[in-house]
Amino acid sequence: MSKTSRTSITMPATAKKDSIIEIRAIAQHDMESGFRYTEGGKQIPRDIIRTFTCTYNNVEVFKADFYSGIGANPLIIFTTTAVESGTLEFKWVGDGGYEAVNQARITVS
Amino acid sequence: MNLALSLFLGGIFLTLGSSLAHGAPAKQQSSYELMSAENKAMQDDPLLNPAMFWVGDGESLWQQQLGPKNKSCSSCHGDGKKSMRGVATQFPKVIKGKLQTLEGQINQCRVGAQGTSPLAYESKDLLALTAFVAFQSKGMPISISETPANSPFLKKGRQTFNERMGQLNLSCAQCHEDRAGLKLGGSLIPQGHPNAYPIYRLEWQTLGSVQRRLRNCMSGVRAQQFEYGSPEMAQLELFLMWRARGLPLESPGVRP
Amino acid sequence: MKKTNHHRRNWLKQIQGLGILAVGCCINPLTAFAKKEDADEAIKKIVGSASVREGKVTLTIPPLVENGNLVVLKVSVDSPMTANDYVKTIHVVAEGNPLPNIFTVYLTPRSGTANITTRVRLADSQRVWAIAQMSNGSFWQGSAETLVTLSACTEMV
Repeated sequence: MSKTSRTSITMPATAKKDSIIEIRAIAQHDMESGFRYTEGGKQIPRDIIRTFTCTYNNVEVFKADFYSGIGANPLIIFTTTAVESGTLEFKWVGDGGYEAVNQARITVS
Repeated sequence: MNLALSLFLGGIFLTLGSSLAHGAPAKQQSSYELMSAENKAMQDDPLLNPAMFWVGDGESLWQQQLGPKNKSCSSCHGDGKKSMRGVATQFPKVIKGKLQTLEGQINQCRVGAQGTSPLAYESKDLLALTAFVAFQSKGMPISISETPANSPFLKKGRQTFNERMGQLNLSCAQCHEDRAGLKLGGSLIPQGHPNAYPIYRLEWQTLGSVQRRLRNCMSGVRAQQFEYGSPEMAQLELFLMWRARGLPLESPGVRP
Repeated sequence: MKKTNHHRRNWLKQIQGLGILAVGCCINPLTAFAKKEDADEAIKKIVGSASVREGKVTLTIPPLVENGNLVVLKVSVDSPMTANDYVKTIHVVAEGNPLPNIFTVYLTPRSGTANITTRVRLADSQRVWAIAQMSNGSFWQGSAETLVTLSACTEMV
């Protein structure tokens, strides 16, 4: 059973060729650390997003491994070079079959 | 001489008396002002504020058709972004003789107009709808005033605020009126205005309602917590919103 | 006479040392040391037997944190980010968390900068480390220390 959630990408829609652009990516996810306990004393199992990747016209340009120390509703801000017009695809993969994707188009002149 | 003195003293007592009756802090301050720069930025930027996910969820739920008549919120209220503008600044309010909070009214619509079950407090859906509705009043001043209809409830709420409770035997006023701005442990004591609800509280790592926060305060003084959706809760919420009147709504806020 | 003084001085020094050690053990119980060791172990797993140099890496966290559940963390590595000289990976490791690894990012020459911002959980006041590996295989590190305060009124669900 795959589960998913809302994600949000913030990046410019246009850019000058070879300029550096900033990308913000957030996913709505509790990032259950695995270190919390229920009222009855039972350990709540870890359930987090494990990896985040960004591909730019199908070429991977950024990857991040998340551990339980990443805060809930994980945010990552990184940069990439606007080499050409096209589509950036963002993918989050996590425990319990979690998967979320998002896209953004960029026009490079 | 005696007359002047007694008039002078009388004047002082009158002023003290009326300010006590008013119950509004000398200068209202949102607890936003007490936050670090990073947390303020998290609240102010909708692209960084985690609470905005719930607002998005609420926007979708607004369109969801439910119940035997297949009614959605939009069936009666149309475009929420227009019809809900200013609504959150007026709650809690007395509707058909009952004091309703925003969550209470949403559930009233679900049961009465949509013919479906009420949502549990702190459930994802109720928080999402509350966040969506409250967001439409962001920046608008809280506009609760004392009316003949809400007066008895306001009085009860004021009483609760000033009454000692719990094993620690403290009243809300003792911390949030008398000692606001001083420190408890490592934290600054806020005035405790509910002007940003529902909030993404870092402590909870999720969105939560004002009632959750109030229950938090009560367990903090080791008191019996008011039940979610109870009349006592609504009365206290009414008094707090009245006390915060004029402050702009920051919903959905971020708090530590 | 001189000999006696020397003996007493030595003895006093030894007692002093023991005293400091004893006090040190009380102030830093084994558990606190263990966490730092976990972080050291995690860093060792990353760098292997290679040496790690100080510099190039700037880790920014607020010096005083109101709530450790969501702390803004910025890492910035000084690098031209060209095809011949770029940052390959950045690992962030915490000394005071139950699990030392927080995150790892993998960059390419196309990244443009080695500036990353995220929001992390810090369990307690501690030092956090960022280790960067360059394209030439070298390791560089930077760190930041922070104080984490806790809420006065805890929640009882």
